[in-house]
Amino acid sequence: MTTWTSTPALGTSRRTGRDPAVVPGGLPRWAFVPAALGGLFVVLPLVAMGTRVDWTNYWGLITSESARAALALSLQTAATSTVVCLVLGIPLALVLARGRLPGQSLLRSLVLVPLVLPPVVGGVALLSTFGRRGLLGESMEVLGLQIAFSTTAVVLAQSFVALPFLVVSLEGALRTAGERYEVVAAGLGAGPTTVLRRVTLPLVWPGLLSGTVLSFARALGEFGATITFAGSLQGVTRTLPLEVYLQRESDPDAAVALSLLLVAVAVVVIAATHHRGPSR
Amino acid sequence: MTARARRTARVTAALLAATSVAAGLAGCGPGPVAADGTTLTVFAAASLTEAFEQVADDFEADHPGVDVRLSLAGSSSLVAQIQQGAPADVFASADTTTMDELVADDLVGTPQDFATNTLQIAVPPGNPAGVASLQDLAAPGLRLVVCAPQVPCGAATAATVDGAGIALQPVSEEQSVTDVLGKVTAGEADAGLVYVTDVARAGDQVDGIPFAESDAAVNTYPIATVTDTDQPELAREFVDAVLSPEGQAVLAGLGFAAP
Amino acid sequence: MTFELTATVPSRGVDVRLDVAAGRTLALLGPNGAGKSTALGLAAGTLRPHDGDITLDGRTLARARGGRRTAWVAAHRRRVALLAQDPMLFPHLSVRDNVAFGPRAQGRSRRAAATAAKGWLDATGLGDLADRRPAALSGGQAQRIAIARALAARPRLLLLDEPMAALDVDVTPQLRQTLQHLLAEQTTVLATHDVLDALLLADEVAVVDGGRVVERGPTAEVLSRPRSAFAASIAGLNLLTGTWTGDGVATATGEVVHGHATHPEVPLGTAMTAVFRPAAVALHLADPHGSPRNTFRGTVRTVEPRGDLLRVRTERLAADVTPQAVAELSLVPGRSVVATVKAAEVDVYRR
Repeated sequence: MTTWTSTPALGTSRRTGRDPAVVPGGLPRWAFVPAALGGLFVVLPLVAMGTRVDWTNYWGLITSESARAALALSLQTAATSTVVCLVLGIPLALVLARGRLPGQSLLRSLVLVPLVLPPVVGGVALLSTFGRRGLLGESMEVLGLQIAFSTTAVVLAQSFVALPFLVVSLEGALRTAGERYEVVAAGLGAGPTTVLRRVTLPLVWPGLLSGTVLSFARALGEFGATITFAGSLQGVTRTLPLEVYLQRESDPDAAVALSLLLVAVAVVVIAATHHRGPSR
Repeated sequence: MTARARRTARVTAALLAATSVAAGLAGCGPGPVAADGTTLTVFAAASLTEAFEQVADDFEADHPGVDVRLSLAGSSSLVAQIQQGAPADVFASADTTTMDELVADDLVGTPQDFATNTLQIAVPPGNPAGVASLQDLAAPGLRLVVCAPQVPCGAATAATVDGAGIALQPVSEEQSVTDVLGKVTAGEADAGLVYVTDVARAGDQVDGIPFAESDAAVNTYPIATVTDTDQPELAREFVDAVLSPEGQAVLAGLGFAAP
Repeated sequence: MTFELTATVPSRGVDVRLDVAAGRTLALLGPNGAGKSTALGLAAGTLRPHDGDITLDGRTLARARGGRRTAWVAAHRRRVALLAQDPMLFPHLSVRDNVAFGPRAQGRSRRAAATAAKGWLDATGLGDLADRRPAALSGGQAQRIAIARALAARPRLLLLDEPMAALDVDVTPQLRQTLQHLLAEQTTVLATHDVLDALLLADEVAVVDGGRVVERGPTAEVLSRPRSAFAASIAGLNLLTGTWTGDGVATATGEVVHGHATHPEVPLGTAMTAVFRPAAVALHLADPHGSPRNTFRGTVRTVEPRGDLLRVRTERLAADVTPQAVAELSLVPGRSVVATVKAAEVDVYRR
């Protein structure tokens, strides 16, 4: 549970938000060693990549026509996918956390499958559904809807892999928050939709926010399902990760520069949402 | 620093050292030579997979005690690995440009061309879109998939199409021939431009349609021994095996043409 | 009758029948696990009866026959508000927005809701906390705000589930006073295991034990003359009602009972109740001399065992005394006795 305080308590350090008088609880000293190694393991490759960047030409490399097209497409599709995840994922998490449907635990396991599935397999699965000869694709083709090789396909691929991140975070937050506030609100005359809007979602706001950030980040980094399902065409389906992979063939400097750009976008998004915090 | 803190610091240093040693070992690529025999490491373009597996089997049969290890990847990746000191004995590339990079760096001996490959149109079985020529690929509404110009098969495609004076509007420019072929076999694309050998390898999953303009971009496969090899003799023998009538027969069986 | 509940919940071993008249307060008195919360859950709409009828102001809230639901009104359409021992103020809303929640949820305008909230906050005497977040409130303040929030929703029925249980002893008198003041016209069901809550807040008491109502009646009657075993074990309090004289409670029979006044500032003539435990009462055959005590003359009516002690009842009082004392004083029915209790053992409450 999050604590909601309007003003920091007296004696609280402004920098860490912790009271300096409080002795931290049992953390074994040896834990710092693997913890430091763990931190290094994540940070070192990023730093190493930074050392490989051709800084003198960096601006030119990341502002080439193909790079700008890939970045714009990535931001646009990842944002759209995040909206898709919110629209489908919030109700799904609510049903999983609050519903009492038969077969609900099976549904939960199935929704989480994209988390463990290799993205390429996800792409194959999407092809079998929305592809020209797919389960739904054939009827859609009759209606004149073509999904493969379109930006829609990219959004579908990203949403497919990103949705579980939102559902998992939000469902956990909903379970932690419990139903007691909702019962109180109903007693005050609030209908289920009002309760959702004014009580449930504000209470799980931190979980919802981190789930949203995670799904955006996952959508931004999506590669395997996209290249399998959507193809790769500049400005239409070639997102930043696909551009990085392609540039690796012909222009390794550009590939490294774009990779760093991708890392920077991810860091900015995560930092921005973490700093805003659970205000309201 | 307290004694305890010093001890912690020593442990940290030791662990870090151990980790970097492990990382160093892991980075060495193919392991040391087998104790009971000789290992010959051949770096070959991915499109040569089936051909070189057969040639290597025959070579091992003719050279008891020799173990041929194939490292198969995209030509440009292999070049980068050799430039960084990967222990290769023989290198077979899918195009002359990449081989020339190593020649310029003096990392390989004189290359010899051993096969060629040309483009072919791949369509789903039965050719539902009725494609008959290169010109048909420019038809509006036709879903065409090609390789991106940044990769060798895409460069070949661009050369062919430019030579024929046609403007194509592909729905996707894929990373590799495999990706193009995948879209065609899945029925997502009406047609794709791939190599003859890819069509041959796909069996009855796709139909191949040859076209005259493919002569404009004949892809030549060169092979060479690596300068730093410990076994120049054996490496030379492997190159000869590829160039031998038996080796050429294997290649021809898989759709490759002679240089 | 405005609220009637007849319901069985076999899964919880509950089979209860309750009713509360308009504007009255019914206390459900019973130990933990007796079925009080189940009864409240049935009224609030968080639990379904297996069999039974629940009606409020002539409207059927729930009806079931043999596990089959034939009528059901969802919790948010019942106009039944529940206040539990934990105030459960919405942590993301200010005190004002918490209290305005009910009116807003019922479709009143922002302005009307804010006005209503202010009115209820002022009624609880906490108007100056309106801009605070719940985290910045003390336990007692939070519970009073929770009462204001519940009442601002203008419930037809208010359910209180052990509202004092989670609070410090020193803030409960204040909360009781707030409730006494605010529940005057409110139809209420109060679940509690504390006799004092029932005594001070309820018009009637229903004693719940083992999932059933085992006794019910006017508060003073049930608490002073309990018939059921449970009520007798926790209640059996001596209650003497009268008017405030400034230093004691003058009873109708002419005694002035001195004790510890919980509301010293009440005006003269206010209706008050003096409360003390039977164990605090000593019995004598003649007027004792010495320390100032409250003395009451009477005649022994009954003597019955109560644990290691014997409970001796006179016309108006109960005293728990040792068997030795009973033997020494020959306390048999019909014997005249003088009962004394120290002023320090007597609590005086406003009624």
